[in-house]
Amino acid sequence: MTPAACGPFPERKSRLPQRRAANWKTLTMASHAAARNGGARRDQRPLKKRLADASAPYLYSAPALILIVTVMLVPLVLGISYAFRDIQLLNPFSGGFIGLDHFRTLSQDQNFYRALKNTLWWTGWSVLLQFVFGLILALLLDKPFHGRAIVQALVFLPWAVPSFLAGLNWSWLFNPVVGPLPHWAFSLGLMSEPSNILSDPQLSMWGPIVANVWWGIPFFAITLLAALQAIPRDLYEAASIDGAGPVQRFISITLPFLAPTIAITVLLRTVWISNFADLIIVMTNGGPADRSQIVASYIFTQAFKRLDFGYASAIALVLLALLITYSMLIVILRQWLLSKD
Amino acid sequence: MTSKRIVSVLAHRLAILVYVAFALFPLYWLLKVSVTPNKLLYSEGIRMWPSRTSFEHFEFVLKHSEFPTFFKNSLIVSGSTAVIVTVLASLAGYAMSRFNFRGKYWIVTLMLLTQMFPLVMLVAPIFKMLSPLGLTNSLTGLVIVYTAFNVPFATFLMQSFFDGIPKDLEEAAMIDGATQFIAFRQIILPLTLPGIAATLGFVFTAAWSELLFSLMLISGNDAATFPVGLLSFVSKFSVDFGQMMAAGVMALIPACLFFLLIQRYLVQGLTAGAVKG
Repeated sequence: MTPAACGPFPERKSRLPQRRAANWKTLTMASHAAARNGGARRDQRPLKKRLADASAPYLYSAPALILIVTVMLVPLVLGISYAFRDIQLLNPFSGGFIGLDHFRTLSQDQNFYRALKNTLWWTGWSVLLQFVFGLILALLLDKPFHGRAIVQALVFLPWAVPSFLAGLNWSWLFNPVVGPLPHWAFSLGLMSEPSNILSDPQLSMWGPIVANVWWGIPFFAITLLAALQAIPRDLYEAASIDGAGPVQRFISITLPFLAPTIAITVLLRTVWISNFADLIIVMTNGGPADRSQIVASYIFTQAFKRLDFGYASAIALVLLALLITYSMLIVILRQWLLSKD
Repeated sequence: MTSKRIVSVLAHRLAILVYVAFALFPLYWLLKVSVTPNKLLYSEGIRMWPSRTSFEHFEFVLKHSEFPTFFKNSLIVSGSTAVIVTVLASLAGYAMSRFNFRGKYWIVTLMLLTQMFPLVMLVAPIFKMLSPLGLTNSLTGLVIVYTAFNVPFATFLMQSFFDGIPKDLEEAAMIDGATQFIAFRQIILPLTLPGIAATLGFVFTAAWSELLFSLMLISGNDAATFPVGLLSFVSKFSVDFGQMMAAGVMALIPACLFFLLIQRYLVQGLTAGAVKG
């Protein structure tokens, strides 16, 4: 805290000792009273004040809690119930309980299985590439050089771009009409003609992945850079005096220090990215022919385009179950690692 | 030894350059196409800079499209969300930071859980809940939903700022006869102003960027926020690239302003760590 922030208080503070003394006196009296009552702790405050004090934390957190419960928890429970009901927005006769019908349809739904496979593909590559490039960037920025502050501001800029705009921007770059990428790929001989990879069923998934990597590198770089700068510098000096090369120093000093940060960021980011449908909705809308659909975007398409809320909720329930399983596995893994030490 | 050093320094600078280029190129291209006149758009498609620039697309977007309305709607929604969330999160964050009370553990767990589960699950039920209340297709509905989504994270953020302020300050004020709420409002809140500013900024950008719920809840142009307006513009007039990108540049402005404001602190925080280390 700055000294200026303390400015208004010295006068109050000077009055403190006598007040404290007075307070101490009442306290000792109270403890004497408590001792007389066979050691039972008796609160000396009046009932009204005690009630007010006890309810204070609840009053402070109530507005936030009420909102979270009504806008997140209630819809979550409702959504789970929709999974067992026939709810279609355009059909006024829908709404009945249909048991496990949605799940039976789901088990036959080829698009769902493809979306499941795509989710692994999308999450795996996005996290891996974001992490690797983010780590390299963090290592590059960890060295002091002239103009580092400006470079940091520039390379972290994609992080500030709204996700829908990042998606649109990249889909324009991939578009042969206004974007340069297809033309460059063509002149490098990677493509037989400048075409849009977003409309290619085999490659469409890569468009959103590239956009996601561009957008997510700063997040990993910022987190890892903070962790890197917390490593004591003298360790490196000691190691180089002992004759350790740069690679050896990286493996035996940097990596072990970064490991906890890496583990937490990667695990949390994996959950987050597997739920992150914005880029896919904006860039390919799951197409062509549902080839680039991930589970999250498939849920959104079912709800938003087909207005089939029941089926969407059934898929969402499966996704939730998968995510819970994943989190449990992480927790178990952590317990196992801890017990091994 | 020295030549090896020079090579390694050169490689380092080159790698940095590649990263800067990769980070900026898409935004550069957005800006480039937005100032390219329509006549040159196709003939000079992949030139790095058009031979002539003009602001005709910006002029069109500002005067003849509905983007100013979308921009205003987004400002209203993001601004009100940011203010309401910050008020609620300061109160709740203060409770988390200063009190030990029964049920605190469960409240924290609930808030953490809301950060983990897929929000896309809630698209359908929230639509069903809001439509009989007349809150679909309304900015109020969006503000309510965004506020709830952002409160948990903002609460943790505010709690960490409150944790950094010594308890003695409000204890002193309370001994002087102030109630805890007055101590909170008049002593603690002014000290957390930087934290409040950060929370406002984070929530504002989060609400500004939100896409799925605004797509689902808003259908008409009157209540459309920027993402909804831009996407419907893209699907309707998919050939007016200049105008789309001019609108895109407009959507970028508030986010970049916020980034410029906080990036100094971001970098400062990191370099402060470096000095200590």
